[in-house]
Amino acid sequence: MSEPKCILLAEDNPLDIEMTVNALETNHVANQIVVVRNGALALDYLYARGEYAGRTSAKPALILLDIKMPLVDGLDVLKIVKNDETLQSIPIVMLTSSREEADLVRSYKLGINAYVVKPVNFQGFVDAVKQLGVFWTVHNELPESFRKAE
Amino acid sequence: MFSLRSSIRRKLMTMLLLTSGAAVTLTAVSYCAYEYFTFRRAIITQISLLGEVIGLNSTAALAFDNAEDAEEILSGLRADRHLTAAALYTPAGKLFARYPATLPFDRLPSMVLADGHRYTRAGLESFQPVLRDTTRLGTLYLQSDLGALYERMRLFLVVGITVVAASFGASYLLTRSLQQQISQPIVALHDTARAISERQDYSVRATIESDDEVGQLTSAFNHMLDQIQRLNVELEQRVAERTTELQVANQELEAFSSSVSHDLRAPLRHIGGFAAMLQTHASSALDDKGRRYLTVIQESVGRMGHLIDDLLDFSRHSRTELRRQAVVLDTLLEQIRQSVLPEQANRCVTWEVAPLPIVAGDEALLRQVFANILSNAVKYTRRREEARIEIGVHPSSAGEAVVFVRDNGAGFDMKYVDKLFGVFQRLHADDAFEGTGVGLATVRRIVQRHGGRVWAEAKVEAGATFFIALPMIVTAVGAIPISTPKVHP
Repeated sequence: MSEPKCILLAEDNPLDIEMTVNALETNHVANQIVVVRNGALALDYLYARGEYAGRTSAKPALILLDIKMPLVDGLDVLKIVKNDETLQSIPIVMLTSSREEADLVRSYKLGINAYVVKPVNFQGFVDAVKQLGVFWTVHNELPESFRKAE
Repeated sequence: MFSLRSSIRRKLMTMLLLTSGAAVTLTAVSYCAYEYFTFRRAIITQISLLGEVIGLNSTAALAFDNAEDAEEILSGLRADRHLTAAALYTPAGKLFARYPATLPFDRLPSMVLADGHRYTRAGLESFQPVLRDTTRLGTLYLQSDLGALYERMRLFLVVGITVVAASFGASYLLTRSLQQQISQPIVALHDTARAISERQDYSVRATIESDDEVGQLTSAFNHMLDQIQRLNVELEQRVAERTTELQVANQELEAFSSSVSHDLRAPLRHIGGFAAMLQTHASSALDDKGRRYLTVIQESVGRMGHLIDDLLDFSRHSRTELRRQAVVLDTLLEQIRQSVLPEQANRCVTWEVAPLPIVAGDEALLRQVFANILSNAVKYTRRREEARIEIGVHPSSAGEAVVFVRDNGAGFDMKYVDKLFGVFQRLHADDAFEGTGVGLATVRRIVQRHGGRVWAEAKVEAGATFFIALPMIVTAVGAIPISTPKVHP
């Protein structure tokens, strides 16, 4: 088995980044974590352009998207990725601070794979991140065609 | 005479025709009566004159006792065809001559009566003296039938009826065209008023057709329409303004609640998260006190998280649209009861649930209402060795279902009942019974949005009863409480 693919974390809040990374590490999620600070950078990474021009590593195994980010927000990224045939199989999890019905509805319409409200309670947060990381990177089965395309 | 429901046109016609008809008929009848009596007097005058002429002519015949001459003279009466009989009597009362000569005797009076005229069955009879100078030579009897009177009356009747009929017809034609001058403006006003009330179109105006009271009424009516139209426009404008203001306020509220949920939760999450990380990272470097401080920080973070969530729920329930449907309370409450069972683990709680009605409401929101109430009942009976929770239907007015939830728990002082349903209002200390003080406020908000009511009765340490009144669809068939005790040893 080749080196595990990375997890792309698009999050603008440095404290949330630190907590998410800590939670993933605490849970021994082995995937490399690539952190970008806004939606535009997330797209640059996915399309290997701008700052990430010349990226040769495989596409991420999972994208964790904060819904509210400067420049290009989570919903914009979600829309572009899910409309792109080469990217649409990457599971995307929306991480948000609150359960706003309108955001939830829009996310599901755009084809989100999971929608997670970051719990205030840290242990809950750790558990949630652990489940996400493990489920989407280890247990989840992607279509054969997608793997071959890699 | 005429129904109150008939149209004003018909009423006017009837009134005018009856009035003119009565006047003409009365005139005709009085004229006929006058003619009748005048003619009767005229016949008497005529017969007296005739009698005097015949009397004068007969004096010689009577004086010379010449009956033939007398009959000859009497036969001259032929000229008057209404004169049916005549006779001359001697002063002794003996029949001297008669007319017609062949008249049977029994058609003549058997005896001479006093001078004068009288109407009898045969017609008019008259006895007149036959005098020469002052000497009475005999008595003349004349009998006339009343054919002339009858003929004349018949003529009058025909003329009278014709006049009445003609004037009736004429007044009908006149009335029909003249009454329109009065009824037309009223009818036009009525038609306009009806058109307005049917179409709700206040731009229509009634045309003023006369300058009288009806014209003034129409003008006043139009003036009122102006006002209504103006007020309507103003009202619509005001409603539109208010709606816009409300929409803006609602958007602001939504933005506010979204910012509360995001912006307040994020730092809170960081406080909790980093406190937890510190605990894992430096737990061994801290003494017991330090570790407790960290625990308190995390617990307080959890509590504040709950408060924010509850507050958001509360504001969301005030904004989201109700999706009304039939809600079977039996099923709903049983599901909720099952979901609160874990809260009463290791406790002895007896549930008594009566059949419940079907109400009209938003199932998700009503679930929240009863979940709050049942979970409160379980919470506040925590200190009872044998807790008892009763769910039933309270008698109520039609169209409304009042469900009550009664417990034998801690209860509360009715002095503070006003505060019970307020946001962040609590009647128990946090260390006695935990809570955020938002649950019952949410309950009241949801029930009020359903057009219902909620109230409570309680006594300190003697339990509380919560009543929830909701619009009802179907009444429960029979309200015999079914005891379903669930005892958890």
